[in-house]
Amino acid sequence: MKAELICAGFGGQGVLTIGKFIAKAGMKEGKNVSWLPSYGPEMRGGTANVSTVVSDEPIASPIVSFPDILVALNQPSIDKFGPSVRENGVLIINSNMCPHGCKRTDVQIISAPMSDIAAEIGSPMVLNMIAIGIIIGKTGLIKYETMEEDLTSFMKAKNPELLEKNLIAIKRGIELGKQ
Amino acid sequence: MEIIAKRPESLTKTPFTYCPGCLHGVAHRLVAEAIEEFGLTNHMTGVAPVGCSVFAYKFFNFDMAQAAHGRAPAVATGMKRARPDMHVFTYQGDGDLAAIGTAEIVHAANRGEHISVFFVNNAIYGMTGGQMAPTTLPNMKTTTSPYGRNTDDIGHPIRVSELLATLVAPYYIERVSLLSPADILKAKKAVSKAIQYNKEGRGFTFVELISTCPTNWGIDPIKSRDWAKENMLPFFKVGCLRDKGEGVE
Amino acid sequence: MSKILMKGNEAVAEAAIRSGCRLYFAYPITPQSELIEYMAKMMPKVGGCFLQAESEVSAINMVYGAAGSGKRVMTSSSSPGISLKMEGISYLAGAELPCVVVNVQRGGPGLGDIQPAQGDYFQATKGGGHGDYRTIVLAPNSVQEFADMASEAFDLADKYRTPVMILADGMLGQMMEPVEFKTPKTPEEMEELDKQHNSWCICPNEDGDKKHHHEINSLEIDPYVLEKHVNDLYAKYAVIEDKETRYETYNVSDDNEILCVAWGTSSRIVKSAINELKAEGKSIGLIRPITVWPYPTEAVKKAIGKKVKKVYVFELNTGQMLDDVKIAVEGKVPVDFWGKVGGIVFTPAEIKAKLEACFK
Ligand SMILES: Cc1ncc(C[n+]2csc(CCOP(=O)(O)OP(=O)(O)O)c2C)c(N)n1
Ligand code: SF4
Ligand SMILES: [Mg+2]
Repeated sequence: MKAELICAGFGGQGVLTIGKFIAKAGMKEGKNVSWLPSYGPEMRGGTANVSTVVSDEPIASPIVSFPDILVALNQPSIDKFGPSVRENGVLIINSNMCPHGCKRTDVQIISAPMSDIAAEIGSPMVLNMIAIGIIIGKTGLIKYETMEEDLTSFMKAKNPELLEKNLIAIKRGIELGKQ
Repeated sequence: MEIIAKRPESLTKTPFTYCPGCLHGVAHRLVAEAIEEFGLTNHMTGVAPVGCSVFAYKFFNFDMAQAAHGRAPAVATGMKRARPDMHVFTYQGDGDLAAIGTAEIVHAANRGEHISVFFVNNAIYGMTGGQMAPTTLPNMKTTTSPYGRNTDDIGHPIRVSELLATLVAPYYIERVSLLSPADILKAKKAVSKAIQYNKEGRGFTFVELISTCPTNWGIDPIKSRDWAKENMLPFFKVGCLRDKGEGVE
Repeated sequence: MSKILMKGNEAVAEAAIRSGCRLYFAYPITPQSELIEYMAKMMPKVGGCFLQAESEVSAINMVYGAAGSGKRVMTSSSSPGISLKMEGISYLAGAELPCVVVNVQRGGPGLGDIQPAQGDYFQATKGGGHGDYRTIVLAPNSVQEFADMASEAFDLADKYRTPVMILADGMLGQMMEPVEFKTPKTPEEMEELDKQHNSWCICPNEDGDKKHHHEINSLEIDPYVLEKHVNDLYAKYAVIEDKETRYETYNVSDDNEILCVAWGTSSRIVKSAINELKAEGKSIGLIRPITVWPYPTEAVKKAIGKKVKKVYVFELNTGQMLDDVKIAVEGKVPVDFWGKVGGIVFTPAEIKAKLEACFK
C-alpha cells in the first residue's frame, strides 16, 4: 500500500495540518510517512500546499507529482493540482471556495460545503478535520481511532470543547466520504 | 476629473509584494515621490537590500541594483565612485543594516559617502519569518527570542541614528515614523530633504523610518501602529540628530 | 524510544543537543531557520548557550572561539551564509579545531532562491575557503539520517580535530519524517567530552599542574614550518580517507545495465525511479556517497558490474560531482549526467524517462 496526497489551499486554511495529522496517524499505525510543505515568503496570504506520503514500503521520494488523493480547499488549488490527480484517484473539494469545481470525469470527486459544515459545527477551525474525515471515510488510509487518540492526547486537558467539535467534524467527514 | 493622487512615475507598475498593511509600500512611495520632485529620475539609482524589500529593484522605475545581505552601502559606494554624476541611495531593513551590515553602514557614514540611506526599522526580521533583530525591543518575543529579548544576554536594541550621529562626517541624520498620516507627512519632509541634499552633493544623508511588521508581530495592521507608537517611539525617539544645512550638529 | 514526526531542521538540532552540543551560534536564513529557532527554544532548557550572531561571519568565529575552548559547538546556515563562513572554516581547519557546520542548501549563485539545491558540492568538498585543507562532508538523504549525522559529525570532529560539515538541502530541512533519537549523553559522558581536548585547548591551569601555554592559531610565518603543518594535515586527511569513507549501495549487482550515482536528496528520487524500472525487469544499481568528502572512489569503481553500459550521475546542480565519478570510472564506461538547477527538484518520472532512454 502506498498513498500519495497533496493538500492545497490558502495559507491559514490549515492545509499543512491536514497533511501533518495524516502523516502522524500513518506513523502511529506503523507505516512509513513523509510530509513536505511548500515554503517561503510567497506563502504569506498566498497558497500553501503539502505533499504527504503514507506507505508500507520505505518512501523513496517525498515529492508527490501525481497524487492519489487531492484535497483542494480553494479553486486555485484545483486548477493547479487537479490535472495531475491519478486516474481513478480521489479529489476532495471544499465547494464553498471552489465555484468552478473540477471538470474531470476519470477521478472520484467528493465535493462538500466544508466551510458551511464547519460553521454549523461551531468553529471554522475544524474545516481541516472534515477533510481528514472524508479521507478516512473514502479511502481508509488511516483509522478514526488513531486520530481520536492523537487529538485527545493534546487537547483533552487544554480545550475539551474544541476536541469535541474536532471529533464531530471528523465523523461528519467520514459520513460524507462513505456516501 | 482632477487627479489628486497617482502612482509616482518613479515607481514601476509591478505590484508590491508586501503583506496587507505593511508600511514598506508607504516608504517606497515617499522615496519615489521625493526623487520625482527633485527631477532626479534620470540620474538616480538605488540599491535594494536583502529583506522584505529585496524586490525594491523591481519597484523603482530607474536603474537599480540588488546587494548581498547588509552590503548595500558598499555597493552604493562603488556606484557613486564609478559614476559621480549619478545620485545613489540604499533602502535597507534593520536586520540588513544594523546586524550583518553594521560595518558597511558605519564606514560609509564615516567616509561621508555621497549617498542617501533609507533605513526601515520594524524591530524584526520580516523576510525570514520573524527572528530577533538588533532593534528588537527588550522582552519582545520573536522566533529566536522565544522567552523575550533578554538584554542581559543579547544587549539592548541599537539606536542606529544616534550611533551614526557620533561620527563627524554625516551631513544629515533624522528619525521619523510612518505610524500615522501626520507622521507620514513629516517623514516625507525628511525623505525629501535627504534627496535634496543628495542632489546638491552635500554628503551622507540618513533617514530612519519607524515601521511595523503586522505579519510577524502577529498584530493586525492598525493595532500594530498603536503598538509601535506605544513601544517603539519611546525608545526610538523621532527627531533630527544632524542637519549641517540647518546648523544642527 | 518511539518515533517522532519532525522536520529535518529540528531533528538535527535535537540530535546535536543530545550529542552534547551546548553551544550554538548562527544567523537566520531560509530554508534553515527552524534549526536556529529550535536551538533558541531548547538551549536555555538544557543550560546551553544559544546566541544569534550579528552575521554568519561572526557566528563562525564564535564557533572558532568555543571550539578552541574545547567544547562541542555547532553553527548552521544555508548557501549564501555558508559562503560567508568559508573564511572561518579555513581558519578552523588550519588551527585543527573540531566543530559541526550544517548547510541546508538552496538555489544559487548569489541570492538565488530558497528552494532545495545541491549547488554547494564544490564549495563543500574541494575546500571552499582558501588554502590547502579539507573538511569531512556528510550528506544525509532522510530526516533520520540527518539527525543521526549530528552525533556522527561531532564524534568525527573530535576524533580528527577538524570541522565537519553536514550537507543537507531545503527539502531535508523542511520535510517531516519519523525520527528516533539516541538517548542523550549523560552528565558523566558530557564531563568526559569536556576533558578530551584539555591537552591543547584553552582551559584553566589545574592547581599543581605544570603551567600550560596552548595556542589556538593557524599562522605559521616560517614557510618550512607551514609546509610541515600542511603536510601533517594531509597525513591526517589520508587517514580519514582510509577509515571514514561511507556510502550506500542499492540494487547493485552483476546484472546491472546501468549504475546510477547520486547523493543526498537526489538519491531518493533516483531510488524511486529504479524501483519502478525494476518492476519492469530492468536492472539498475545505485551507489550513494554518504561522505562526499572523503569520496568513495574505490566503492564506485567496484560497483560497476560487468554488464554496465553506462554510469549515470544525477544531481541538483550542473554536474559538480561528475569529475569525482569520472575519476572512479577511469574511462571504462561512458559517464552521463543529468541535473536540475534553480531549486527545482527532479521527479521520479523524469529520472525514469532518462533511464528508460538508455535501454532503447
Ligand atoms: C548572507 C545572508 N544571511 C542571511 C540571509 C537571510 N535573510 C534574508 S532577509 C533577512 C533579514 C531581513 O530583515 P530586515 O533587514 O529587518 O528586513 P525586513 O524583512 O524586516 O524588512 C535575512 C536574515 C541572507 N539572505 N543572506
Ligand atoms: S513580513 Fe512584515 S515587513 Fe515583510 S512584507 Fe510582511 S508585514 Fe511587511
Ligand atoms: Mg526588519
